[in-house]
Amino acid sequence: MALVGFVCCVVATPAHLLWPYLGQVAVLAVVVAIAGLSPLRLMRGLAIELPFVAFALAMPFLATGPTTSVAGVAVSIAGLWGAATLLAKSTVSVFAALILASTTRPHEFVAGLQRLHLPGTLTEILGFMVRYLDVIRGQWRQMTIARASRGFRARDPRSWRSLSGAVGSGFIRAYERGERVHLAMLSRGYAGALPEAVQTAPPATARQWLAAAVVPTAALGITVVAWWSA
Amino acid sequence: MHVPDGFLNLPTSAATAVVAAAGVGLAVRGARRELDERTAPLAGLTAAFIFAAQMLNFPVAAGTSGHLLGGALAAILVGPWTATLCVTVVLIVQAFLFADGGITALGTNITLMALVGVWVGWAVFRLAMKVLPKKLATVPIAGAVGGFVSVPVAALTFAGLFAFGGTVPIPAGTVALAMGGIHILIGIGEAFITAAVLAAVLAVRPDLVYGARGIAKPVDLTIKEGVPA
Repeated sequence: MALVGFVCCVVATPAHLLWPYLGQVAVLAVVVAIAGLSPLRLMRGLAIELPFVAFALAMPFLATGPTTSVAGVAVSIAGLWGAATLLAKSTVSVFAALILASTTRPHEFVAGLQRLHLPGTLTEILGFMVRYLDVIRGQWRQMTIARASRGFRARDPRSWRSLSGAVGSGFIRAYERGERVHLAMLSRGYAGALPEAVQTAPPATARQWLAAAVVPTAALGITVVAWWSA
Repeated sequence: MHVPDGFLNLPTSAATAVVAAAGVGLAVRGARRELDERTAPLAGLTAAFIFAAQMLNFPVAAGTSGHLLGGALAAILVGPWTATLCVTVVLIVQAFLFADGGITALGTNITLMALVGVWVGWAVFRLAMKVLPKKLATVPIAGAVGGFVSVPVAALTFAGLFAFGGTVPIPAGTVALAMGGIHILIGIGEAFITAAVLAAVLAVRPDLVYGARGIAKPVDLTIKEGVPA
């Protein structure tokens, strides 16, 4: 949950200053080093940002306000700053989220949300989704291989009919699996609530809270200093 | 495409988070009505299905491709309340475990896709079903209309939010025009796929399609004589 606090601090960081972002990246880099993650894998994860990088690059040309010229082209100053800060903010946030994703196992993540008192139904749905996601994805992969072995190649919109048919049968398979899972749960004495939902995990100790607070606090410190000096 | 962190300012993000929390709270109650105690497993599996379906790329032309957004489709397949929960859960997982869509923008994303996308799609679908003749064959057509309208409406809602709480001063008209224009094209694709998927499901298990309840007759198991293998 440190992630939420950290990201809020990042978003609240004033524009027009670039050094606070470097500080935040440094904080994250320390976390990466402690957790022993591979920086290369994290970099690959950053690729998810790419569509927005394109948008950010277009910003200087779309925004209004006083203009300046970069390499002989008139661009909006506000747009330029907006693009720079947007890129910095989203990169740092995606980085932080990736660290959470690669250090936390999915079921720990579900338990964490439960401890934060998300509605029971929502955590149950989340739990089922996380549990069966790999099964469903495996099924999709299997169907993709089956299509490929029949000589199917998705090249243009003419392939949409077959792909949609696959999505349809994918839905039926997923839903029917849900029905079977429900029947299996009933036969094990399910009566409307999951046992995991009843017995809540032990609350976090003061030490755990303290450890979790370190990173957001560091980020908050950087943000406060940045506002003060701005 | 999800809204990342830092795109909208904090007050706007907080406001949409409140809207999202209220909407999801209502949906939790509503889904119990749609699915009773089977809610958790069925909605969980449907959420996994939406997640997987969004990974399937539909090629458009010359190397570009898009994927299904699925708000309207989910609403018609499993009912709007359950669909809201499913899309919400998909967005939470994407934001936290796959870093797709910002954490502070989660409220915005849920409002746009799980509330606006699903409910606009559903409302337009119901409207189209009222206008068109009550037959099983009209369900995919009404679904296509719902899918087509839901995408640009969600995009325009985003443009509206951007006008209020955007971090960069881009004129609202430009944003609305660009977002609306692109998403009308995306909406056409969404409409086609929604219709084709609905047709595929209706052909096999018409009883599963929530939007076709009251029209679809349960299919009895029949043994046909003289059918070539």
